Amino acid sequence: MIFRGHVHKLGDSVDTDVMVPGRYLSLLNPKDIAKHIFEEVDPTFASRVKPGDIIVAGKNFGCGSGREQAPFGLKALGVSCIVATSFSRTFYRMCIDLGLPILISEEISHLAKDGQLIEVDIEKSQILLNDRLIQVEPLPQFIQNLIGMGGITEWVKQQLAQRSS
Amino acid sequence: MAKTSAEKILEAHLIDDRDRVEPGEVVRAKVDFVLLNDANGPVVFRHFANMGAKKIANVENVALVCDHFAPAPSAAGARMLGDMRRFAKDKGVELFFDVGKGGIEHTLIPELGLIGPGDLVAGGDSHTGTAGAFNAFGTGMSWAGMAGIMALDETWFRVPESMRFVLEGKKSNFTTGKDVILKILQDIGVDGALYRSMEFGGPGLDQFNIDERMAICNMVVEAGAKTGIVDGDDITESWARDTCKKKYKITNPDPGAEYYSNHYYDLSELRPMIAKPYSPENVVDVNEIKNVHIDQVYMGNCANGTISDLRQIASILKGRKIAKGTRAIIVPATQKIYQQAITEGLIDHFIASGAAVSMPTCGACFGGHNGALDDGEVAFATINRNFKGRGGHAGAQVYLGNSYVAAATAVAGEIIDPAKL
Repeated sequence: MIFRGHVHKLGDSVDTDVMVPGRYLSLLNPKDIAKHIFEEVDPTFASRVKPGDIIVAGKNFGCGSGREQAPFGLKALGVSCIVATSFSRTFYRMCIDLGLPILISEEISHLAKDGQLIEVDIEKSQILLNDRLIQVEPLPQFIQNLIGMGGITEWVKQQLAQRSS
Repeated sequence: MAKTSAEKILEAHLIDDRDRVEPGEVVRAKVDFVLLNDANGPVVFRHFANMGAKKIANVENVALVCDHFAPAPSAAGARMLGDMRRFAKDKGVELFFDVGKGGIEHTLIPELGLIGPGDLVAGGDSHTGTAGAFNAFGTGMSWAGMAGIMALDETWFRVPESMRFVLEGKKSNFTTGKDVILKILQDIGVDGALYRSMEFGGPGLDQFNIDERMAICNMVVEAGAKTGIVDGDDITESWARDTCKKKYKITNPDPGAEYYSNHYYDLSELRPMIAKPYSPENVVDVNEIKNVHIDQVYMGNCANGTISDLRQIASILKGRKIAKGTRAIIVPATQKIYQQAITEGLIDHFIASGAAVSMPTCGACFGGHNGALDDGEVAFATINRNFKGRGGHAGAQVYLGNSYVAAATAVAGEIIDPAKL
């Protein structure tokens, strides 16, 4: 799984209330949610993101309310993966379960610049930036497997099939 | 080896071929209770269908609570509630709580004795950690993951490191559990407990009743924690004996358990604390805030609409009036608490003071309805978050604090120490 895309640089402790305000929580279609991502703090964000783009954020990305509209809205916008210094744990788990690849790297969040083209290799846990190949800590194997399957839905299907056979 | 409460509770629920856990490991475990509301339920149900799951593996352990869009503020909200009713009927979920039948999930489920000490509780809502007040391991999960638990009756957990918080000394007037957690947030910040368990104990613990312990655990997620667990003591045992519908197991850390860090709090130095906009870590002593006019005071949420909170509010509002230019909204967390407040005469005091009293709902807490804020408005609330846009408009501001300060602020029209009223 290798992703090549332009960086959207975000700061520390970006919370889910600014990603998707509470009043939109009755929207269930990812494409409808995508239009409102960061609407009030950065109204042109949704129109600037192109398919394949990569979010690079600081620490505690996705903190606050556990709302799946945030990661699935970002995914529907075309965000291919997210690299952050650290993630809020519910957001982290939501990304994994939805098959939205993530990596943890403080170095990248310091080095990457907004708009820059970077390449992320999830299996090898490597990021190519300014012709520098940076090795980041790999995700646990079980979690890599879930992301590789496209999320937890496929894993549950397999478990259900095993049980009924 | 000596273990923390989080490790012991996870160990008791393992379905791996092992019986011990170490922090950092990913383990498979059985969950005791699954908690969904009408904000996450409709999304969870779609995942459940996509997984090809037909029936809920353990339907007796699943509760569906209508609290976010309850009562429906719009047609879109009504659709969410409709999804809840349909799924409950189709899948035979008996623990379904519609408008008027329950209240806010995190207060309602323990009130009904459906969770207890030693339980592993998973919820689609981030404040599921409130269960820690009852000596349980509660944690907010991904919504697809919640569907997986309903399908399989199991899930995966990364075993958390634990942080120990020791409460000592005698607390002073007008301080509550809310101030304990706000003080901790001031010290460790919104990522100070990221992925970890926060465990609370010490000789000062017995000054906090079950309701105030809920206020503490309710906001552990604001420090990034996976869960927060209050030690089980006589107060826990007495609550569990009277309330729990099934067997429970008080679970305390072993002496000598290893913690990521240890923190000591002298409660005699604790003051009413306020989180300023726009972060729950932006915390100061109430006396550091001067001349902040408040348009709206909102009292209630999943841990601060308890009968203890309502009594604290009434002790301030009784015989006083809400300030001109300020409005107050009081929301009991469950129908039972609402009724208790009527019996005790608290509601009379609220209405006489000029406060609006509403049915249980999460509405205004997430800026959804029942008290949402406009651009430029400033609110004081006993809720758990004050991020930009949380109260409604991104140009609104929300200050967080305890019920005494909220009530005093409603009377003064500006943020004030209740001792100065």
